[in-house]
Amino acid sequence: MTGLRYVYAVCRPFGTPLQSQLTGIGGAPPGLLHHHGLVAVVSQVPEADFGEEALKAHLEDLDWLAATARAHQGVIDALTTVTTPLPLRLGTVFRDCSGVRSMIEAREDDFRRTLERLEGRVEWGVKVYLDPEPPEPAAAVAARPGSGRDYLRRRRESTHAQEDRWQRAEAFAGSLHERLCRYAEDSRLHPPQNSTLSTTPGQNVLNAAYLVPRKHSEEFVETVDRTKGEAPGIRVELTGPWAAYSFTGEGQS
Amino acid sequence: MTVVERREIALVDLLDRLLAGGVVITGDITLRIADVDLVRIDLNALISSVNESVPSPFELLPPPCGPGKAVSPCEPEEAL
Repeated sequence: MTGLRYVYAVCRPFGTPLQSQLTGIGGAPPGLLHHHGLVAVVSQVPEADFGEEALKAHLEDLDWLAATARAHQGVIDALTTVTTPLPLRLGTVFRDCSGVRSMIEAREDDFRRTLERLEGRVEWGVKVYLDPEPPEPAAAVAARPGSGRDYLRRRRESTHAQEDRWQRAEAFAGSLHERLCRYAEDSRLHPPQNSTLSTTPGQNVLNAAYLVPRKHSEEFVETVDRTKGEAPGIRVELTGPWAAYSFTGEGQS
Repeated sequence: MTVVERREIALVDLLDRLLAGGVVITGDITLRIADVDLVRIDLNALISSVNESVPSPFELLPPPCGPGKAVSPCEPEEAL
């Protein structure tokens, strides 16, 4: 069987072994490839799935992409419990181990610098949603507008109310972001998520990632938690801790 | 308002990170997403592509370069 090498992450050597039952993409167990004082976390993937044409075709298959992303994340998660991994982007594949070694040699200074910067830090994701507009009171819906003027007035009022809600949500997101930045060394604002894709009710106002030292994580999470009930109609969601996916580049936007 | 809900990671959160974050390396075979900063849009396109077979938002990087090979305009910055 010909196999390609899928690389999940680069780490510094770590003492704790990975859990023995850990599986990566396609159920293959990930292994450690030591080279030049760094470790690449690698598993074998079939060329039939990860060769150029196959990969291209697979990427249009959302189920395949989801399964692959979850397997990738499973390995990164396991690594996060024993070390601070530098995660690679989904779909980084080499022909063989010597290809992986050359890659490490070419990028080692870069890897060391980034690993140093991320050591002992995790990423937290925070999203703020504006809840869907409350339904109009039944009476208002039932009562047909008496005149064109009534109708226009009602529409104007509803538009103003919607603008107010947006402004409040944005102000809330801004102040939350400021508070969270006190515990974070760095932050990234990702584009708001589309509600159809996230299948989460409400509109996404803030979609941020924070790089937080592990020792400050508790305070960070508590700060997010304390926003509970702070603003009506606004929902805050926390995800993480993640490996520092959003902070792997120096000047990344 | 719900905070800190522990549940399976939403795919969209996962893809926000796995397709837009992480170190970009030109592997022997590396996929590149048409516009890495706009995962949201890519996903839209992807989902439409599943439903309506619009063109794929993904393309493959050229194999590691022979010298003088045409370089695509959106070669990732960190590419080797």
